[in-house]
Amino acid sequence: MPITPDRSVRTTCPYCGVGCQMNLHVRDNLIFRVTAPFDSAPNYGNLCVKGRFGTDFTTHPGRLTKPLIRSGARGSGEFREASWDEALSLVSMRLAELARTHGGDSVAAYACAKATNEDNYVLQKWMRAVLKTNNVDHCARLCHAGSVTGLQLALGSSAMSNSIAEMEHLDTFIVTGSNTTETHPVISLFLKRAVRENGAKLIVIDPRQIELTDFATLWLRQKPGTDVAVYQAMAHVIVTEKLYSPSFIHERTEDFETYVESLEAFTPEWAETVSGVPAEDIRAAARLYAQAERAAFYWGMGISQSTHGTDNALALANLALMTGHIGKPGTGLNPLRGQNNVQGCSDSGGLPHVFTAYQSVEAPEVRARFESAWHTALSPTPGLTVTEIVDGALMGTIKALVVMGENPLMSEPNLAHAQHALEALDFMVCIDIFMNETSEIADVILPSASFAEKDGTFTNSDRRVQRIRQALPLVGEARPDWEIVCEVARRMESLLNVAQSAGFDYPNAEAIWEEMRAVTPGFYGITYERLEREGGVHWPCPSLDHPGTPYLFEHDFPRGKGKFWTLKYGTDSELTDDEYPYHLTTGRVLFHWHGGTMTRRSRLDEAFPEPIIEMHPDDAQHLGMISGDWAEVASRRGRVVCRVLVTGRSPVGTVFLPFHFAEAAANLLTLDKVDARAKIPDFKMAAVRLCKADAPVWEGADTPLDERGAIKDPTKYVH
Amino acid sequence: MDTSKTITLTIDGQEVTVPEGTTLLEAARQLGSDVPVICYHEATTSNGLCRICVVDVNGGRVLQPACVAACQAGAAVSTRNGRVERSRRTILEMLNSAVDLSAAPEIGALMTDYQADPQRFPEAAARDHELMDDNPFYVRDYSQCVLCWRCVQVCGSDAQYTFALTLDGRGYDTHVSTAFSIPMTESPCVFCGQCIGVCPTGALKPKIEWGLEKGLSHDEIRQMTRQKRRRKHMDE
Repeated sequence: MPITPDRSVRTTCPYCGVGCQMNLHVRDNLIFRVTAPFDSAPNYGNLCVKGRFGTDFTTHPGRLTKPLIRSGARGSGEFREASWDEALSLVSMRLAELARTHGGDSVAAYACAKATNEDNYVLQKWMRAVLKTNNVDHCARLCHAGSVTGLQLALGSSAMSNSIAEMEHLDTFIVTGSNTTETHPVISLFLKRAVRENGAKLIVIDPRQIELTDFATLWLRQKPGTDVAVYQAMAHVIVTEKLYSPSFIHERTEDFETYVESLEAFTPEWAETVSGVPAEDIRAAARLYAQAERAAFYWGMGISQSTHGTDNALALANLALMTGHIGKPGTGLNPLRGQNNVQGCSDSGGLPHVFTAYQSVEAPEVRARFESAWHTALSPTPGLTVTEIVDGALMGTIKALVVMGENPLMSEPNLAHAQHALEALDFMVCIDIFMNETSEIADVILPSASFAEKDGTFTNSDRRVQRIRQALPLVGEARPDWEIVCEVARRMESLLNVAQSAGFDYPNAEAIWEEMRAVTPGFYGITYERLEREGGVHWPCPSLDHPGTPYLFEHDFPRGKGKFWTLKYGTDSELTDDEYPYHLTTGRVLFHWHGGTMTRRSRLDEAFPEPIIEMHPDDAQHLGMISGDWAEVASRRGRVVCRVLVTGRSPVGTVFLPFHFAEAAANLLTLDKVDARAKIPDFKMAAVRLCKADAPVWEGADTPLDERGAIKDPTKYVH
Repeated sequence: MDTSKTITLTIDGQEVTVPEGTTLLEAARQLGSDVPVICYHEATTSNGLCRICVVDVNGGRVLQPACVAACQAGAAVSTRNGRVERSRRTILEMLNSAVDLSAAPEIGALMTDYQADPQRFPEAAARDHELMDDNPFYVRDYSQCVLCWRCVQVCGSDAQYTFALTLDGRGYDTHVSTAFSIPMTESPCVFCGQCIGVCPTGALKPKIEWGLEKGLSHDEIRQMTRQKRRRKHMDE
């Protein structure tokens, strides 16, 4: 008999930044079917495998159900169950003590790009108002810091300029450094539709033969790390062939002349020698882009995760500014955000230098507003970034770390170094739904609620604030993150004898949002009641009668005029040599997400149960390997063992390893060299060597690779 | 379609003015007339396959499928009369004779509404397919498939552009399949489940739901997906 649901709850997908709307159909407290409303932005009935089938991690038996306190040595993995009262007392006493002896700046927190805006608002409020430190950052540092910094410099705003709904009506668009069909599958549907149904021209600029190359008019396959050369050469073509928009440059930008002078050496012929992309293809791409009526850039980690991530983003901004492809519907600069609420976590103040909506902690008038709202004095000094927090832990300046729903010991570069640093902490608290690599070395672990067990809001990649709603009961004694943070904050205030509380007694998530919008002009017009009615609202939305803002920069840029930035070509990345002759790039696969805390506890893991390293057939022949062989991949930092998948997706000399798998953690190999301005690590460039290895002792290691889930060479599909 | 031009017609005695090119189904729905559909879906291209939406236009010799037929100026349309009912009833009886509709409550409700006789064609050969369980996410039971094409369409150019699904066989043997009937895990399928989202019967079903139907516990449902995949070609 067909199963009828006990309830069906409309909510927002907990995976990537698209923010798909979905209905969870629940029977006996189990999500048994997920559907998508056909009449609602941004996904209009579509989902990907993660949203459709990957929410079963919510009922995985490994969910944390009780607070845990470490009982053995750090790293021994020995914990004992504790009552909430004991765990919260311990956390608040230890942190208050550290704040008293070493100052609040000895404590840092990782906010969470997977948790709600409300959770993150409360977390940063706790750090800022109670501990008096701005040491709060999150994993956006590790994904889009390059884009954020570049766009802030060029425009003064770093969010996606367009809404997803505009994609269908593009006439030319460039996808670069984004394997969109796997990382933002539902966005890729609109891109494919624009090409197939409306004749839009797609230019892919990417070293890997991603699925979108099948839809592309032009595919520029640059050598990894040579992005700036290609974009600068495109700018060179646009300038020499006078394809730029003089009126836009005159009215909306500054420093164009200086920029033009700096371009002289960046000829397409020069770029060909550097990047391997034929000069004629660079010319063709530049002409297509410049002469389009409406053109836009879409990019992902391939642009930002680099020692020159900021330069990459600036190069794209220069192209958009000179052609005027920004500030109109469907034109703009669009960094695709990787996590469900990475936009919202940044918006909610989960960054070391700003309060909500990028209001600077250094600006006295902003600080005064927050001081009066929170009844306390606040620190004017920007806090540490994620990478600096790790270094601080190692140097002893950071004594305690609060990690809310993140897994730095999977996501940080040069993991051995990060592990060493975090083990040096005096005190570490993890708030999470599962044990993970990071909580293994924590002092206290507090069980929290997944997306399906709480109310709140997520803000997706195109700045659309949307609701999540409780569909399942809380697991065991787990509690929503914001409740846990408020409990600790209240206890700390009383330990620190605070005269007037900053306010941590919210009755529900909506009350937090109400406070957040009151201190944030750009969110003021967004209320739960409105979200209920309209489904979602794009910020900025300054008043209740404001419709929200689907695309940005119609009249001006937040910094006034758009600024051209001259760029130098060069790289600080680790290059290949005789000892480490292969270039390693890391990234994601369709079936997994980030550190795998959720997806590897879902049936998604059945489809992609183990790490594989993608290798070009020529390299495989040279190494004497075939698909399914076990290989050791070693860099100067570490080594991992996994199976080889021979595929033309990788260019010759480059291997690709997804970073979701603890058994072959890609970040043991990557290095912690960062972009000087954005502090983002270079996840896409590391030098490695490869050799055959013995099979490890994993479950399934004796099963042939082609019988493992749906792992296969995507360039050889049978249609 | 030139939406500036409008045409006027009557549907069930009510006059309605619509942009040229509007289908009879869209116009009827504007008036609140209840035209039943099976293969039609707002998110897929209409093909007029199942003919359950047929309506009577000007008493013409042939009933017209409302999902694809455009409104004509001055037409008098009846969305439900004796001819229409008889046609719909026969369609339902034929569908029911070949397909297991037990997991399609909406079609079941139509059977009742149109007084369709489930035993009308007792000798009819049922479409008999073995349930296919070849991936971690969903099962396919084509004995419950009414061949509405929606899954094939959303897999292709109506949504996903993956083209993992196609129609195989001819005539009565037509069925939805992957190319060369390879298992889903070996096909280009990306397991987006768009197909499940539009399936009007129980032919496509998430594995968790299937497990619940079989009365399995939550633990058993999770274990069910932890079996090793074996190459299982349909010709074996």
